[in-house]
Amino acid sequence: MAGSEWNPWRRFLALPNDSRTKTIGMAFLVSALCAVMVSGATVVLRPIQAANRAQEEQARIEALVRGIPGMAPLLEASGGALSTVVIDLDTGRAAEDVSPATLSTALDDPANWTALDPGADPAGLGRRPDLAQIFLLREGDAVSLALLPVTGTGYGGRIDAILALSGDMNTVAGIAVTSHSETPGLGGRIDERAWQLDFAGTEIRDETGEIRFQVAHGAATTPYEVDGITGATRTGGGVTRMVRFWLGPEGYGPFLRAVQRGEF
Amino acid sequence: MATDYRAILTDPLIRQNPVTLQILGICSALAVTTSLATALTMSVSLTVVLTLAAGIISAIRRHIPDSIRLIVQIVIVASLVIVIDEILQAYLAEISRALSVYVGLITTNCLVLGRTEAYARHNAPPAAMVDAFGNGLGYSLVLIVIGGLRELFGKGELFGIQVLPLAEAGGWFTPLSLMLLAPSAFFLLGGLVWAVRSLWPAQAEAPEHTPPLRNEPAE
Repeated sequence: MAGSEWNPWRRFLALPNDSRTKTIGMAFLVSALCAVMVSGATVVLRPIQAANRAQEEQARIEALVRGIPGMAPLLEASGGALSTVVIDLDTGRAAEDVSPATLSTALDDPANWTALDPGADPAGLGRRPDLAQIFLLREGDAVSLALLPVTGTGYGGRIDAILALSGDMNTVAGIAVTSHSETPGLGGRIDERAWQLDFAGTEIRDETGEIRFQVAHGAATTPYEVDGITGATRTGGGVTRMVRFWLGPEGYGPFLRAVQRGEF
Repeated sequence: MATDYRAILTDPLIRQNPVTLQILGICSALAVTTSLATALTMSVSLTVVLTLAAGIISAIRRHIPDSIRLIVQIVIVASLVIVIDEILQAYLAEISRALSVYVGLITTNCLVLGRTEAYARHNAPPAAMVDAFGNGLGYSLVLIVIGGLRELFGKGELFGIQVLPLAEAGGWFTPLSLMLLAPSAFFLLGGLVWAVRSLWPAQAEAPEHTPPLRNEPAE
């Protein structure tokens, strides 16, 4: 009966279950259908997830500012508003023809990205945008707080965070991790508030201008160190390299110097 | 032979409950029950995944080669779990963060593979889906009971709404912080299993070991 069946689909189904053709065929069919289902769901739902993440990031920025000691009254004094600025990372000045609203369009253009040499890319990014949206709090004419989005690579993948620097642009006021994929319970503890609180007051550079910041292996012993997390050495290293890269000359370095010179 | 859907559906609720009788899927049952909302989301996710997986596997049961049947079942379950996880991330972002890895771990929940392997592979899709749904409900029942107790006594809340007036706010209830920690889930589940097996003694297992006779201590 099976031999006289002309329809190849029926012929396939009629094969004995343990024949090699049917085994490979079923494995292929099931994986193909599942792949379609998973990619379909991912593609359809991505815009909603991205909107959720953006909302969450906004909430974290607000929580970060409120959590920094002494910031709440400052925020009240300035009318409760942070100013949002798009800066050109190479010059360290405000970008002239890009506003926060047009930033995502500008970043779609590959010309606004700089490829990084593997040697000059400690954060493992591959490439870096030339434009970045930052948040500033002013007290009179001087910048009293800068919130800088940073990105790095931890043990499990990309880490996104927002680093808050005090007015001297050398003291960390706080950090908020907005997304990460580190191991829950180990590296994943970087999103715990208790660990993030330890960043406040940590210094970045010593008197000679060399970046000394790092996540310690164990407890912090110098003003440039933050306590490490047990069992998360590589995550800690990733955070160290992320902060060092973004506050260095390839990252926000030019901007930080401009603020320190009082040009911002 | 007529299939008794009612019995298939209601059996796993208590008499054949997958968690209290078969002790399956307790890893997630213990991990996500700190509040009623997460317990409920997890229950719904697992029930949906289990029912769909049972339906799909039962529909192709005559064509799953024996040599790769486990991997085929796991691929189907895992894909459904990823889809559910994506949906949760899109529409219930807050709860999805609270559940973190446990939604993904539905894949390895022995309850799911247990039902598809033991039942869906040998029965027609309607019966398989009813059975899976019933087992999902049985799992949900346990999760909701434990989640409700933990949230009520750990925070004095149900679904985030204050039920018991807290001592801090002038009431009489002092939250039992232990209820929010993992051990309390073990205590509650143990208590629940004990309660169920006392009410239905047929569920109690015969002891596997007999303790050695103790000699009376010499005077």
